Amino acid sequence: MISQEPFRDPRLLDSLFQAIRSEAELAGRRFSFMEVCGTHTHAIAEAGLRRRLGPQVRLISGPGCPVCVTPVEYLDRAIALGRLPGVRLATFGDLFRVPSSRGSLETEAAEGLRVEVVYSPRDALTLASAHPEERVVFLAVGFETTAPAIAATLAEADRLNVCNFYIWSGHKVVPPPLRLLASDPGLALDGLLLPGHVSVLTGWGIFEFLATDFGLPSAVAGFTPADILLGVLELVRQRRKGEARVTNLYGRAVRREENADARRLMDRYFAPIDSDWRGMGVIPGSGLALRPEWAERDAGLWPVTVPEPIEPAGCRCGEVLKGAISPPECPLFAAACDPDSPVGACMVSSEGTCAAWYRHERYRGEAAP
Amino acid sequence: MCLAIPMELKERDEYEAIVELGGVQRRVSLLLFPEAAVGDHLLIHAGFAIGRVDAEEARLTIEGLERIAAQARPS
Amino acid sequence: MTLPDRILLAHGAGGRKTRELIEELLLPSLSNEFLATLSDAAVMPRFPEGRPALTTDGFVVDPPLFPGGDLGYLSVCGTVNDLSVAGAEPLWLTWSLILEEGLETSLLRTCLEGAVRAAREAGVRIVAGDTKVVPKGKGDRLFITTAGLGVVPPGRDLGDHRVLPGDVILATGPLGDHGATIMASRHGMSGAALRSDCAPLNGLIAALLASGAEVHSLHDPTRGGALVTCHEVCARTGLRMVLDEAQLPVRAEVAALCELLGLAPVAMPCEGRALIWLKESDAPRAIEALRSHPLGRWACAIGRAEAPRKDRSPVAMRTPTGEERPLDLRAGADLPRIC
Repeated sequence: MISQEPFRDPRLLDSLFQAIRSEAELAGRRFSFMEVCGTHTHAIAEAGLRRRLGPQVRLISGPGCPVCVTPVEYLDRAIALGRLPGVRLATFGDLFRVPSSRGSLETEAAEGLRVEVVYSPRDALTLASAHPEERVVFLAVGFETTAPAIAATLAEADRLNVCNFYIWSGHKVVPPPLRLLASDPGLALDGLLLPGHVSVLTGWGIFEFLATDFGLPSAVAGFTPADILLGVLELVRQRRKGEARVTNLYGRAVRREENADARRLMDRYFAPIDSDWRGMGVIPGSGLALRPEWAERDAGLWPVTVPEPIEPAGCRCGEVLKGAISPPECPLFAAACDPDSPVGACMVSSEGTCAAWYRHERYRGEAAP
Repeated sequence: MCLAIPMELKERDEYEAIVELGGVQRRVSLLLFPEAAVGDHLLIHAGFAIGRVDAEEARLTIEGLERIAAQARPS
Repeated sequence: MTLPDRILLAHGAGGRKTRELIEELLLPSLSNEFLATLSDAAVMPRFPEGRPALTTDGFVVDPPLFPGGDLGYLSVCGTVNDLSVAGAEPLWLTWSLILEEGLETSLLRTCLEGAVRAAREAGVRIVAGDTKVVPKGKGDRLFITTAGLGVVPPGRDLGDHRVLPGDVILATGPLGDHGATIMASRHGMSGAALRSDCAPLNGLIAALLASGAEVHSLHDPTRGGALVTCHEVCARTGLRMVLDEAQLPVRAEVAALCELLGLAPVAMPCEGRALIWLKESDAPRAIEALRSHPLGRWACAIGRAEAPRKDRSPVAMRTPTGEERPLDLRAGADLPRIC
């Protein structure tokens, strides 16, 4: 096994912090970078990197937690689907406690909704073949890392001729919201830390528009503390030298080219649609819907009555997701909203920005910027 | 955004493989990464191999880290 | 043997079938002089000197059979352990079954044998029982409810009211084996070394207390693992608990499984481990006593109780770099995640 040890070696981390500090001092200014990916948000909080980076480098958490950016309407419809006779929902654990307009899947389960938490969409397919009398609906959320896995599961369902397996697609893709954030003058980003595992599938080439269209430095990074700090160091360097390109620092997993097998499968089943992002609104071409030829697998097409969505009052998840405010600036944070009784989705997912702050930054005296 | 964990490919057939990490095994699909071979370190996400972890590239990154350490603390 | 392969509703109806179930399956294994009378209540001999300790517990684990144990074995261990960590010597247990119509008789037999084995290992006796059968779909194979009666010897006083700042926290062995094993079976993962740690702890705890170490409090970190236990002790003592990441005993397999499912080993349940709060200077003596017992071979210190601090979380993990990472109650979560 390739050792992860050096990537957590305190000696190497110390020197990375030191290198970032001296680069930032050379530049003589402060930097705002966005970590796009929620797994980065989680890792940064867990390792306490934000505090050690100090005031020179501000890390803003972006819209990279699929659960957090999923609008409440998605879950409202999911619950409505789950209430149809003979339907059983299957979901990743990430979605289980996210509040909808009414309750979460967890609280609805107590009211009789049938819902299984699975590790893999293939486990949902197995469930469907074991219960041919039921209709199993998989709640398909996730970015370019996860959507191909769902596509592959659909391909398996076809190969194994499992007719009672359906999905309700809430998939989203990463580049469109980044385009929006890159052009947001209010955010004034100095660079982007790009999602490592999305890039395994898409290749890093897909992010070159950040440099060419917006002159923004960016770096693809892995998920250990050293990987993340390497990314930050690269962004400070590019900015200081006035350069802008995509630097791939996760070379052990990411190449310039996409995973073509995954892309083929994804394109076979999904087509881009306009999609609603919590806090950011509808972004053209930012979602993935099942293609019409797979309509028989699409639970999203089933006629159900979905109540008018109710956004939780006072919740500022939307602004948190854009990086416009940090969690403590939301009046509900740690008061009315905590991981045990979340109001907004950002407090639910372990990689949600609010949950990460609540767990890891609250006691570190992390002041709101 | 996406947890993906490196696991070693132990055996494979046409569509699936047994992968292992720290003595824990799971059957995963190879549909997204059919070229996987025994001994590869694969990134596993939600029961699917999505790519390979390259040992040589990992070594280069670690070398880079060591170079930064050497520059940060000139001896 | 006239028992069918599957449990019928009639097995709980109180008639001939109930009697067959009891006489052919339950009694031969459980046999002791108290149970054998089959009267409405077991009447025990004089209670030993000391304070009575009484506990009750329900067992509903899915799956009911897992590497390293079964629901029956677990039910007796869990009850024995609840008494043991209260400082009591467990004596007598009740064992009550709710069976779902259609349950495989062989599964019931396995769980029964497990319970008998655990009782033998712990030196306790199952003195009363009950069996009910619910219609198919109204239960999940089998549920077990127990009660346990034990005695706290005169002069022994264990509990969180005795925990002091500076106390060392010991674990009697690797954390999370049981939880990881159950999670693995639920999510299609396997590993030769993934086995539940399920075991009766009364012998180990007797050895610990016999060492003369000044033990303040004991807990069995079942649901929510060491994480929830530490939070509970914090809530009751007002102190904070700081665990040391580098010392935390976690098997490689458990660490790997947790990484795969996005869980925290410290939040994984154990069914055969105890956490011990004791006077710092007595820790070496306690560890030595624990390690001389087969269930305590890997006992070690995992952290300490400290005076509360406003600017620090009540439960924290000290990382190898000396940083503190807050551990909130949901830090490990119990759901596998992909993000």
